[in-house]
Amino acid sequence: MDALAQGFAMVFSIETLLIIMASSLFGLFVGAVPGLSATMALALLVPMTFFMDPIPALAAMVSCSAMAIFAGDIPGCLLRMPGTAASAAYTDEAYAMARKGQADIALGSGLVFSAIGGLFGTAVLIVAAPLFAEFALNFTSFEFFWLILLGITCAIVISSTTPLKGAIMLILGFLVASVGMNNPAAFPRFTAGSTDLLGGIGFLPMLIGMFAVSEVIRSALDRSPRATIIDQPIHNVFKGMWQLTVKYPKQILRGSVLGTVVGALPGAGSDIASWMSYALSKKLSKEPEKFGTGHVEGIIESGAANNSALAGAWIPALVFGIPGDTLTAIVIGVLYMKNLNPGPSLFTTNPENMYAIYILFIFANLIMIPLGWATIKVAKRLLGVRREILLPLILMACIVGTFGMNNSPFDVWIMLAAGVTAYILEENCFPVAPAILGVVLGPMLEENFVKSMIKSDGEVLAFFSRPVAGVLGVLTLVVWLYPLLRHGFRRSPGRATPVGEAL
Amino acid sequence: MFKTNCNRRAMLAGLALAACSVPLTGAAAQSWPSRPITMIVPWGAGGGTDATARMIASLLEKQLGKPVPVVNRTGGSGAVGHQAIASADPDGYTIGIATLEIGTMHHQGLTTLTHEAYAPIGLYNSDPAALFVRADAPYKTVKDLLEALSKAPDRRFKASGSAQGGVNHLALAGMLKAAGIPVARVAWVPSEGAAPGLQDLAADGVQIATASLPEAAALMAAGRIRPLAIFAPKRDEAQKDVPTFKEASGFDWSIGSWRGVVAPKGTPPEIVAKLQDEIGKAVVTAQYLEFMKTKGYATGWTAGDGFRAFMIDSDKGLGATLAELGLKK
Repeated sequence: MDALAQGFAMVFSIETLLIIMASSLFGLFVGAVPGLSATMALALLVPMTFFMDPIPALAAMVSCSAMAIFAGDIPGCLLRMPGTAASAAYTDEAYAMARKGQADIALGSGLVFSAIGGLFGTAVLIVAAPLFAEFALNFTSFEFFWLILLGITCAIVISSTTPLKGAIMLILGFLVASVGMNNPAAFPRFTAGSTDLLGGIGFLPMLIGMFAVSEVIRSALDRSPRATIIDQPIHNVFKGMWQLTVKYPKQILRGSVLGTVVGALPGAGSDIASWMSYALSKKLSKEPEKFGTGHVEGIIESGAANNSALAGAWIPALVFGIPGDTLTAIVIGVLYMKNLNPGPSLFTTNPENMYAIYILFIFANLIMIPLGWATIKVAKRLLGVRREILLPLILMACIVGTFGMNNSPFDVWIMLAAGVTAYILEENCFPVAPAILGVVLGPMLEENFVKSMIKSDGEVLAFFSRPVAGVLGVLTLVVWLYPLLRHGFRRSPGRATPVGEAL
Repeated sequence: MFKTNCNRRAMLAGLALAACSVPLTGAAAQSWPSRPITMIVPWGAGGGTDATARMIASLLEKQLGKPVPVVNRTGGSGAVGHQAIASADPDGYTIGIATLEIGTMHHQGLTTLTHEAYAPIGLYNSDPAALFVRADAPYKTVKDLLEALSKAPDRRFKASGSAQGGVNHLALAGMLKAAGIPVARVAWVPSEGAAPGLQDLAADGVQIATASLPEAAALMAAGRIRPLAIFAPKRDEAQKDVPTFKEASGFDWSIGSWRGVVAPKGTPPEIVAKLQDEIGKAVVTAQYLEFMKTKGYATGWTAGDGFRAFMIDSDKGLGATLAELGLKK
């Protein structure tokens, strides 16, 4: 328990607490401004975490992302514009409630059940992560190879409506990550003789470009007229929350469980968790006809889901270094930067850091309630912030931050190029999330593949020779071949269409 | 003769301090330091080199009364940062940390830079590599392992612990060479640093791993892996029961990653001497020693010519081992 005490001491130091406060407020602000995503909030924080100790840096990440996901509910309710993608599922519902004069209930349940969902996800993280880590200590490059491949496959299947575009983006990510000499043979690839490129295309500048600069461009080019804010006095947002908890316990639990699981799957984060949860809530509800007319049930369930997904996504990120969503892709970048390389040994080497992360999650979800309440109170002024002022400030923060990390003007160019590229790709319906997964996981996949081939002296069957590796390998192949199998079943004579339809 | 020193690094360093406007005169050495001193670290923030450099910088700052900002210039396996130190103005306002890689990079054809590009200030840390096997492995001593290795066919044994040509790879190759076993006997499985290599050892992915003792502390404490010997002339203070490779096998071989403070070649000797003095004081303070002890880093101080001799030696040994591995270009 010595490590637990150390964990507490690290979180409750003045420095960390101040950073938690500041990044919470930052997260609430960015989350509440329509068009600025939670991922952007984190990307903008990265250069600042560069100068922090590991735990304060993680504190900034955890509290900022939790607050941003909640705060996305506010403009959804008052403007009918989701602050972050994670709130999009129930924006119409919340707006309908606000029009009925129930803005305080919509916002209150968003806040309270976000915190509950977040705490639930944290509980699962605390219980599950060390168990997985203990198990994963016996993983060699063979198991990791299959696990990463399975994760990548899931990411494409789940996260994109068009798996082909997802796969293209993933491979683009692989390609970008292969630049430089950070490969098993330390052989310089695609460097065109440039010393700057020997170290590869910087991950953090790329992140900032993809998630912050691209959004600045999009916002700046957005000519849609400003929506009018629903102007109604917001009283006590906590009123009636207890009654809702008693009325909808199953929905809260269901949302939290679904959110955590979806969060933990690679490639699917808060936004997908909240869509799935809202749909499930409607399907299983006793009064599905009320959905869409300003009914609180779906808001409760998917509000809990999107915040529980946050903690869920940290499980594969910490244990295997496989990001559960774009937010954890950024977190993994920060972990590497702080020499807290994710992996099962993270749990044995520095248990106090793990405890500190757990405590941070609990603390962030608790202070979300007062801070979120305060944000709701000033929401009207917050939503009126002028884009013309905000966007140049963000762009400046991106440039200064990126330069400051390595004092390298080259990084700034990478950031700007990544931003423009991401914007163009997204405008053409290519999802950016698989690309960043490709950048994170490509080198890991390659490294584990090469290691495994060296170990087995080129014997491919060795990839199936260890029991866990064998199971993961077969599972991956099944997912890959599933469309083919399904196709085969459909066309096989003698087995009529009902089977095909059932599949 | 006024010279305005205005490069990008110094600009950032001086940010609020308007460093650029301060003129540097020919008699600079007397008034040194009159403005912030930038310390370049060729490795990332949060790593061991960065942590120790920041500690020294903060102590130096107190002693000199001028800010000592640390700047991380990463990339190219250390080549970028080492180059940045070498090509900085030799005016005493840019110093940096050189690491073992200054003796490997040029052999591998990654750069033409060698230790000769620097004025050595002092070596402050050297962590020897050690040899590990799984806790349940049949090899109780180095002799057992070497015997098994000498009988085994090539590539039956796999080992891990660093990238190809990294310090831990060289440690293993040097060991085999010293024991008269062909270097090709053991297949090297490259890994991103010591931790994944040791994890692979614990999980039965490889049979041998090389890493420093502090890097392996957690898995040793968990009872998963066992050290057989340390590649150093002396036993480790904290782990007295781990024999040196020489004691355990009779063959002589020592290697370890090291870190030292350097200035660009041509820095005025008076300033170098002053830096040797001041950093020499910093690395014996209780605060520094306590920090290094809790982090598990070895301490020591070899200033000036001693450091130069050390770098020449290190360069030779590493070059020979790299040549043996076929990695020398």
